[in-house]
Amino acid sequence: MSAHPDTATSPDEGHYNFAYLDEQTKRMIRRAILKGIAVPGYQVPFASREMPMPYGWGTGGVQVTAAILGADDTLKVIDQGSDDTTNAVSIRGFFEKTAGVETTTRTSEASIIQTRHRIPEALLTEDQVLVYQVPIPEPLRFLEPRETETRKMHALAEYGLMHVKLYEDIARNGHIATTYAYPVEVNDRYVMDPSPTPKFDNPKMHEMAALQLFGAGREKRIYAIPPHTKVKSLDFDDHPFEVQKFEKPCGLCGAENVYLDEVILDDKGGRMFVCSDSDHCEDRRSHGHLGEMAADPAASHLASTGEERA
Amino acid sequence: MTDQTTMLEPNFVPYQENDEPLLRVSGVTRYYGDRLGCTDISFNLWPGEVLAIVGESGSGKTTLLNCLSTRLAPTAGAIEYRMRDGSMRDLYQLTEADRRLLMRTDWGFVHQSPADGLRMTVSAGANVGERLMAVGNRHYGNIRATATDWLERVEIATDRIDDPPRAFSGGMRQRLQIARNLVTHPRLVFMDEPTGGLDVSVQARLLDMMRRLVADLGLSVIIVTHDLAVARLLSHRIMVMRHGKVIETGLTDQVLDDPREPYSQLLVSSILQA
Amino acid sequence: MPVRLYLNSVGKSFVMHLQDGISLPVVSNVDFAVETGECVVLGGPSGAGKSSILKMIYGNYRCDEGQILVVRGPDDIVNIADAAPRRMLALRQDTIGYVSQFLRVIPRVSAVDVVAEPLIGQGADERTATARARELLARLNVPEGLWSLPPATFSGGEQQRVNIARGFIANYPVLLLDEPTASLDAANRAVVVELVDEKKAQGVAMLGILHDLDVRERIADRIIDVTNFRQAA
Repeated sequence: MSAHPDTATSPDEGHYNFAYLDEQTKRMIRRAILKGIAVPGYQVPFASREMPMPYGWGTGGVQVTAAILGADDTLKVIDQGSDDTTNAVSIRGFFEKTAGVETTTRTSEASIIQTRHRIPEALLTEDQVLVYQVPIPEPLRFLEPRETETRKMHALAEYGLMHVKLYEDIARNGHIATTYAYPVEVNDRYVMDPSPTPKFDNPKMHEMAALQLFGAGREKRIYAIPPHTKVKSLDFDDHPFEVQKFEKPCGLCGAENVYLDEVILDDKGGRMFVCSDSDHCEDRRSHGHLGEMAADPAASHLASTGEERA
Repeated sequence: MTDQTTMLEPNFVPYQENDEPLLRVSGVTRYYGDRLGCTDISFNLWPGEVLAIVGESGSGKTTLLNCLSTRLAPTAGAIEYRMRDGSMRDLYQLTEADRRLLMRTDWGFVHQSPADGLRMTVSAGANVGERLMAVGNRHYGNIRATATDWLERVEIATDRIDDPPRAFSGGMRQRLQIARNLVTHPRLVFMDEPTGGLDVSVQARLLDMMRRLVADLGLSVIIVTHDLAVARLLSHRIMVMRHGKVIETGLTDQVLDDPREPYSQLLVSSILQA
Repeated sequence: MPVRLYLNSVGKSFVMHLQDGISLPVVSNVDFAVETGECVVLGGPSGAGKSSILKMIYGNYRCDEGQILVVRGPDDIVNIADAAPRRMLALRQDTIGYVSQFLRVIPRVSAVDVVAEPLIGQGADERTATARARELLARLNVPEGLWSLPPATFSGGEQQRVNIARGFIANYPVLLLDEPTASLDAANRAVVVELVDEKKAQGVAMLGILHDLDVRERIADRIIDVTNFRQAA
C-alpha cells in the first residue's frame, strides 16, 4: 500500500484496492509480464485470479491492465474495434470505479488500450501499451491436445504442426482461410497466437512502437511483444500471407485500407460497410471525410458519435 | 547374355568386410521397478538389414523396441547410432532436440494401431506432408506433390488425399502411416506388429508393399512381430525372445527351418499350416 | 580344375526338444569337393541326408561339425559353418544359387519379375534382366500369355519352370540343384540339361539331387553316395 499512497482508494471511498487487485498479485503479474517481454512470444504461466466477471469477458486482459495501470494513465477499452459495446463499456466502468483513472475513446489520448479482437487503425506510439484479451493462448492446441507436448514443441521450436493447419486450410479452401487468430512467429523464435484479432491486423503487430501485452485469464498465461519486434505471419512460399481486402471504402468516412464491419440497415437487404474502429471513423468524419452513405437516413444513427450517445 | 567376368566378379556386393553397423546395441536392460522388461540385449544392425524380433506376449520384445527407439530409457546398456555424418552417437547422450529431430527425419516408427501414428483429424495429404513441413519445407505445391506421390506408392487412390484417415479402412490407414514415415527417406524404421489386427488378405497386400519399399529404399528395419510368417517374408535375421532375453538369433530361414532352442522349436511347431 | 566348394568333415544332427530331447543324427564326416565346371550329384535313398547337405550349404540348416568352405573370390574363402547371417545373405546374392522344387510365391509379382529378380539383385539393369528372363521362360515353354501374371495361379509344372528359370538366370559360381527336373516332361527336362551344360561351360560348380536317372546320367560328372557319410564318427 505504501508503494501507492496516492493511488489506493481510501477506506471511506470504498473497499477496493487500486485497480481491484491487491499489490502482491499485481507484483506477481508484473513479474510475469517482465518475463514475457524478455522472451518475446513465450507464454508465461501466472496465477490468474478470480475476477468479478466471467471467464471469456476479458479476465486475462483486465488483470494485465490492473497490474500496469497507474493513477495518471488514460484508459481506452475496445471490443471489436468499438468503444461502446457491452464488454468495452463494463471494463471501462470497472476501472473507473476501482482505480478512478481517466478513460477515453480516443486512441491518440490513451496511454493503455485494452482490446478484444482489434488493433486500432491509428499508428500507436512508444508511449502506449496495447493489452489483448486472449481466450486460447496456445496456437498448437488445434492439433496437439497435450500441454506437455506443446510446451516441448515450443521449447524445441518444432513448429511444423502450425503449417499442417495452414496446409489443411489450403487443401479444403484453395487458400489459407484462417482469418483470425492467425499464427505469427515472434522475433524469429516463438510461434504465437495473436488472440482472435483478424489477420488484417497482423501486419500492425510487426515492429509496432507500442508494447503489446497478452493476457489469458482462464488459461493462466501472459505473453508479450516488446516494441519494435519482428512479427511474421506464417505462410507458404506459394501461398503467401495476405490480409483481407474490402471492395468499397467505409460508407461513413470513406476510409480505405481499414477493417470494415458489415451492418444490416433494414429487412429489405439494405446494408453497408463501416469502419470497425469507431474512433478512427469519427476522427475522420470530424476532419471532413465523408463516405457515400454518410447522408443516408438509414445510416444516420450509426454516424452519431460516442459522446452524443453517452 | 551372361559372360564369364560378371559371373566371377559380381558387380554388386552389398557386404563389405570393413563396413560399419548402423545401430550398435550393447547390454540393454530395462526393469519396471523390480520386474524385468528385457535384459542384456546386444546386437548390431547393418544398413539395409531387416531384423525381426519374435516372441510371445510379455517376452520383452516391445520393451526392447521402445528402448531402441528412444521412447523408453533403458535401465542399463548403450545404444549407438551412426548419424548421417558418419559419427557414432550414443542415443541417450543426444540432446532431446537432436533425438526428436532424428525421430522425425532419419527414423520412422510404424505403430500397430494407426491411430497412434496418424493424426486422425487432418487429411491424408497433411499426414504425409507433416514431416516435410517439420523440416522446413514451405512450398504447398511441392508438399502436396510429394504427398500425392507417396499415396501412389502405398496404393492409396490420390483422390483421397484430402480425406482424413478416419474415413479409411484399417489397411489403408496402415499404408498411410507407412507413407507418413517414409516421406523423409529415413534410414531406420521401427515397426511394432504392423500387420496385427488386419484381415489376412489385407495383411498380404501390406506385407508385399512393405517388402518392396524396404528393398527399393534400402531401409534398415527392426520389426517386432509374433507372426513368424511376417518375419519370414520381411526379415533377413531373427531374434527370438523369451522372458526378457534373446534365446536364439540367426538367419531368418535358418532359425525357422532349423530352430535349436526348445522354445524356438515350440514356436515354429505352433504355426498353423494353411 | 580349381575347387569351388569343399565340405570338410561336416556333421549334422537334429535335437528334438519337443520329443524329450532325442537326437537324430543326419550325416557325419561328409567330406568332398566340387570343382569349377563340374556337376556333382548326391546319391542315396530318401532320408539319407542329401537334402540336409544342400540346406547346410545354403545356410537354411546349421552345420554342427566341420567346415563348409566356398570360394567367393580369388582371396576370399568363406566358411559357411560359422558365417554371420549377413555374410550368408551376401553369398546367396553373389555366390550360391539354389534351384528348388517349390516356388515360394510372392503375391502380386509377375512371373517375368520373379525370374528377373536375382539378376537385378546382382546389379544387372532391369531391361537386360527382363530380356534374359523372357528368354528363359520361352526356352522352358512357359506360355507367353502368363509372363506378366503372378505365378500364384499357375499349374504346378508351370510354377516349377518359373522357379527353374529364376534359379538359372543369375551368375552364381556355385549352383545347388534340388530335384530341378522332377515332374517335368521330356522336352523341358532336355532344356534343363542344356542349361546345366551351359553353366558348366561357364565354369559353374554344381551340386545336385536328381532322382531322374536319365538326367542324372546326362549331367553328373561324379556321383557321391551319401550313405557313406552315415556312419558315426
